[in-house]
Amino acid sequence: MNYQPDKRGFYGKFGGAFIPELLYPNVEFLRKNYLKIITSASFQQEFKSLLRDYAGRPTPLYFATRLSEKYHTQIFLKREDLNHTGAHKINNTIGQILLAQRMGKKRIIAETGAGQHGVATATVSALMGLQCVVYMGEVDMERQAPNVARMKMLGAEVRPARSGSRTLKDATNEAIRDWINHPEDTYYLIGSVVGPHPYPDMVARFQSVISEEMKIQLKEKTGRDEPDKIIACVGGGSNAAGAFYHYLENKKVELIAVEAYGKGVDSGQTAATTKIGSEGVIHGSKTLLMQNEEGQITEPYSLSAGLDYPGIGPLHAHLFKSGRGRFLGATDEEALQAAFEITRLEGIIPALESAHALAVLPKIKLKSNEVVVINISGRGDKDLQAYTKYLEEVEKKHLNIGR
Amino acid sequence: MSRIESLFRKKKNILNIYFTAGFPKPDDTVLIANELEKAGVDMIEIGMPFSDPLADGPVIQHSSSIALQNGMGLDLIFSQIKTIRKTTQLPIILMGYVNQLMRYGEDAFFDKAAACGVDGLIIPDLPVEIYLEKYQQKVEKAGLDMIFLITPQTDEARIKLLDESSRGFLYVVSSASTTGKTAAMQHQEAYFERIRQMKLKNPLLIGFGISDKKSFDTACQYASGAIIGSAFIKALEKGPEIRKNIQQFVKAIRD
Ligand SMILES: Cc1ncc(COP(=O)(O)O)c(C=O)c1O
Repeated sequence: MNYQPDKRGFYGKFGGAFIPELLYPNVEFLRKNYLKIITSASFQQEFKSLLRDYAGRPTPLYFATRLSEKYHTQIFLKREDLNHTGAHKINNTIGQILLAQRMGKKRIIAETGAGQHGVATATVSALMGLQCVVYMGEVDMERQAPNVARMKMLGAEVRPARSGSRTLKDATNEAIRDWINHPEDTYYLIGSVVGPHPYPDMVARFQSVISEEMKIQLKEKTGRDEPDKIIACVGGGSNAAGAFYHYLENKKVELIAVEAYGKGVDSGQTAATTKIGSEGVIHGSKTLLMQNEEGQITEPYSLSAGLDYPGIGPLHAHLFKSGRGRFLGATDEEALQAAFEITRLEGIIPALESAHALAVLPKIKLKSNEVVVINISGRGDKDLQAYTKYLEEVEKKHLNIGR
Repeated sequence: MSRIESLFRKKKNILNIYFTAGFPKPDDTVLIANELEKAGVDMIEIGMPFSDPLADGPVIQHSSSIALQNGMGLDLIFSQIKTIRKTTQLPIILMGYVNQLMRYGEDAFFDKAAACGVDGLIIPDLPVEIYLEKYQQKVEKAGLDMIFLITPQTDEARIKLLDESSRGFLYVVSSASTTGKTAAMQHQEAYFERIRQMKLKNPLLIGFGISDKKSFDTACQYASGAIIGSAFIKALEKGPEIRKNIQQFVKAIRD
């Protein structure tokens, strides 16, 4: 089985570039040139030095003693939360901003859900002195208000997306429409392994630094450069793609992707794409998505803004269909519990997105001699409002959590 | 000869009006089509409302979401088109997004559309390469004309490919924009002239940003006619009487 896209961007039957003709010249230029540009020595040198000196890489691989004790196994946390701006998103935005710069683009646009990608884009735009416009669903602007403030301080304009469910899907629609209206000067800096080819592959390559470091760090700490399991949450799937990347061909490593079940797979309020989705086209890519009988894309739900998306990237659709990936999920409630658990066992407040990955620990069989890596894709500062609310509710009910 | 082809043989200054099926009311699809014929338009383009219309601006987005709230679905649209076809020989173009076709089943979609009396299809997010590889034979066998779009940024080789792959006419997008931007027509004359000089296989219709008599007339200088969408949809709700709104709108363009 092959996990790299073919020339036209298909992973098996998923991927491609289903875009209006208006975007064709931009996307085609990227398709023809991205590999040449991003694999060149000068690009790689600049990319790596910014990842090191600016983003703060490598991020630690931390052995979580108390969490491991609780689950009777060996759990390592890949600390993407310790990156500059607080999530894995910066890996990708550094890569793409260098590409945009080499293409001579003057204006950067992006979509954002949790606001982490928006902040990371606003950050690198400030760094390079480029104009930046970020589209964000109105609902998300409210629930991730700290990130809206950060983007504004960084000099970005945040434009509310007011259509549909007013979340990530709608912000992405608006960003694509902006790009259609500004094909010459604007670069669309996509935040996950979604969108038309070559974005999924490009973003996966920029995020692959996660598993590149993981290999070296695991070797140092365990003597083997591979874990038994890797667990990562999936919104569009970029942190998971990065954490899986160098192990895609290594069948000994179990790849566990965790989707947001929201209020439950069958509740009608969920983002469980592989459970209730079907094949179709969303945001220029053929993949799995949530839709009704008429092919209308349905509105997803998750408490976590970064996972509140009705599709997954084409690589993940392929991992799911081929059986290479194991797809699990966590509800809002399970993710909140997991967030408190790790906070109180390890002193690490994770992003609500990352908490979904942690939340599957009680659901899977683990052996004491197994090595499990969980990708902590981001930190929880942005989610304090949700966490505080949860804590108040729990205290009202006199429940004991996270011990 | 297809209805589209014979229209272009017979007429100049062709006016093609786009509207969204089921907007403002579910039953308005048939009413609007009938009124447009009475008002003297030459071709109608019916939009299948979609939840995420990427190529469309706010006006068509709005009409699509109302139509969806009205419960519009493909089978209802097909039956409305069947009704329209009973009383008119105007060419009917169906416009929608590729996900709607995939979900319906592409083969079933093509057959059903043709059976109801649809003449042509515009699917803006269906790449021509995929069309040629997977769908062209089926579409042509069903007797449908697939219409592709070109834009000011499309290079010459690709214009030729899109022209070769289209039947009926070629859709010349006036400027780099989503639908409904009225500033779109300004300063585009050099581009229109360049396309005209290419002497393509298909007749040309200019669309996006055509909103009034002036922009329609400009388009007609360079092409066989033009397509009006957003401006018409806005006009539908201008006054209390939808029939009157339609007649006045078309009259203002044609006069
Ligand atoms: C911390 C964090 N993790 C995960 C995600 C989900 O995105 P992806 O699946 O692309 O990693 C987001 C998106 O906003 C995020 O902010």
